[in-house]
Amino acid sequence: MSGTLFDQIWDDHVVATLPGGAALIAIDRVLLHERTGAAALNSLRAAGRAIADPARVFAMMDHVVDTLPGRSDQTLVPGGQAFITETRMAARAAGITLFDVTDRDQGIMHVVSPELGIVCPGLTLIAPDSHTCTQGALGALAWGIGSSEAEHAMATGTLQITRPKTLRVTFSGTLATGVTAKDMMLALIAEHGAGGGAGHVAEFAGDAVRGLDMEARMTLCNMATEFSAFAGLIAPDQVTFDWLKGRRYAPQGAAWDAAIRQWRALRSAADARFDAQIMIDAAAIPPMVSWGTSPQSSVAITGTVPADANPAMLAYMDLAAGAALIGTRIDAAFIGSCTNARLSDLRRAAALLAGRSVARGVRAICVPGSSAVKRAAEAEGLDRVFVAAGFEWRESGCSMCFFAGGESFAEGTRVISSTNRNFESRQGLRVKTHIASPETVAASAIAGAIADPRKMTRQRVLADG
Amino acid sequence: MAEPFTSLTSVAMPMLRDNIDTDAIIPSREMKSTGKTGLAGGLFAGWRYLDAARMPNPDFVLNQPRFQAGALLLAGSNFGCGSSREHAVWALAEYGIRCIIAQSFAPIFASNCVRNGIVPVVLPGDIIAMLAGKTLSVDLAAQSVRCDGQSWSFDIAAGDKAMLLQGLDAIDLTLKHQDAIAAFHRHDRVKRPWVYLELPHA
Ligand code: SF4
Repeated sequence: MSGTLFDQIWDDHVVATLPGGAALIAIDRVLLHERTGAAALNSLRAAGRAIADPARVFAMMDHVVDTLPGRSDQTLVPGGQAFITETRMAARAAGITLFDVTDRDQGIMHVVSPELGIVCPGLTLIAPDSHTCTQGALGALAWGIGSSEAEHAMATGTLQITRPKTLRVTFSGTLATGVTAKDMMLALIAEHGAGGGAGHVAEFAGDAVRGLDMEARMTLCNMATEFSAFAGLIAPDQVTFDWLKGRRYAPQGAAWDAAIRQWRALRSAADARFDAQIMIDAAAIPPMVSWGTSPQSSVAITGTVPADANPAMLAYMDLAAGAALIGTRIDAAFIGSCTNARLSDLRRAAALLAGRSVARGVRAICVPGSSAVKRAAEAEGLDRVFVAAGFEWRESGCSMCFFAGGESFAEGTRVISSTNRNFESRQGLRVKTHIASPETVAASAIAGAIADPRKMTRQRVLADG
Repeated sequence: MAEPFTSLTSVAMPMLRDNIDTDAIIPSREMKSTGKTGLAGGLFAGWRYLDAARMPNPDFVLNQPRFQAGALLLAGSNFGCGSSREHAVWALAEYGIRCIIAQSFAPIFASNCVRNGIVPVVLPGDIIAMLAGKTLSVDLAAQSVRCDGQSWSFDIAAGDKAMLLQGLDAIDLTLKHQDAIAAFHRHDRVKRPWVYLELPHA
């Protein structure tokens, strides 16, 4: 076989070819969340259509649900409670699996699905959420769609898709200390543009990608959508299999052995032809931070706002061309989201926070990516490190990753955030968001201004080091 | 099911910037209902209104008197990027937008457009800039945009074109392939049995 990993997965899922180069592709998993789930399920029902295979459809409560301790269906999002209760009713009526507000398995869909082995190598998985690409880290073809396509996939078990092109992004070499998967993606997008991956499935390859643990690979694939890629993809390897083994919805016993034999073949051939290639020297990537309102407006943390920066963006961000990022005062710090709120992210942030305090006047919040991450972090004492440093320690959910009229950072404030989007008013009205790695967020929270995490010593906070 | 689209003549409302994201098209705070309607008032809310009382911003393109009946938007590259929320397209459709001409579209957004009767047309930036504020005719069957005696052709996937022209429902179209779907699953259950899950109560 001489195709790419994407070609293999595509070929395995072609149900029928359609005119004009499109195909009917089998969809193995559909995930819904409460922000759009009720709309899709109710519209399906109103049309008198059944779900083809409810056992392979899962609904999660993450977007609207409150993250304050002691939460219920009530939420600060105006009208939010209806999203929760209607999704619950619709999910029950449809007979699909629901991870409800107070369920042990509740969390952000792109954190929970890998945790439970809902996503596995070689699968096709879709959700009405653009960061579904996160799950390509396990070697699945996973991408975001709209509600109509979610309905289509549930009703027919397929989607009509025009075959995307293939792009290989090779990160060669070894990352420097203090540099993370988040910085790799910001560096890629800063250099090749927020539209750089448009129309392509981006396979991330190279030594620096192979060297990432499973959670960092999810961070990498998470931002494939910020690069406008159709999906992000990493070939599964022993790291993937070790991580997935024993998870609830992953194959078990003999089925696991059979699956793993198929999964080992999931890789791009040495002579695979890609429609486009990008090579990046990973060793040269510094910690990155965004200065503008597109992820592409990112620079090395030691850098300055570009001289030719868009004036409207500068006005929004209240920054001057040529200004240094380090030392820019912040009002708040946020560690959370499907990008960077897994256990390893919290550990790395806690290593900087231990024995230190958040700067006076800075509001700092940590929202674990799932209820399971929260429990695991608490078992290690990470919650105490965050709280002692002055962070709020929350229940899991999307929380202040996005503003939906409910809770947000104060109007016009400057936030450093481990999330993936820095659009206007994304985290609150006129809020100025700088996106960066969890360690950069932690270091900046302590400094009260954008700070270089490499300049701070790390503490051992874990019993097991 | 969307209204069929054959042709459209409209003034072209210019929003000539790149990367207009779905948060800008409909801010999350404007998605107040769990349904697909009641969204037009929230369209471009962050730019369209001056304050919480919704005082119109006179500088915003949709608020200008000459664009009141506009059904056609012009934009830069990567229009509709960001969140996959279909509410962005539902809001545009409810407002009356039937066609968007941009240098490029975010893929999820373009697919949402087709499913809701909005034609996404890709043309080069210099032509788009020239069309700002003019009255254009878009002919979907001929795949052409005409203005002042000039004409430009555009590409659209055959399936998308058919769906838009006839206002067809994609699910109905796919269900014509029932047999192929059933055959795929018979074969696939043998090849990849681990893909198929059981509900606990099944
Ligand atoms: S954490 Fe943020 S980016 Fe991720 S799914 Fe939730 S809202 Fe979207």
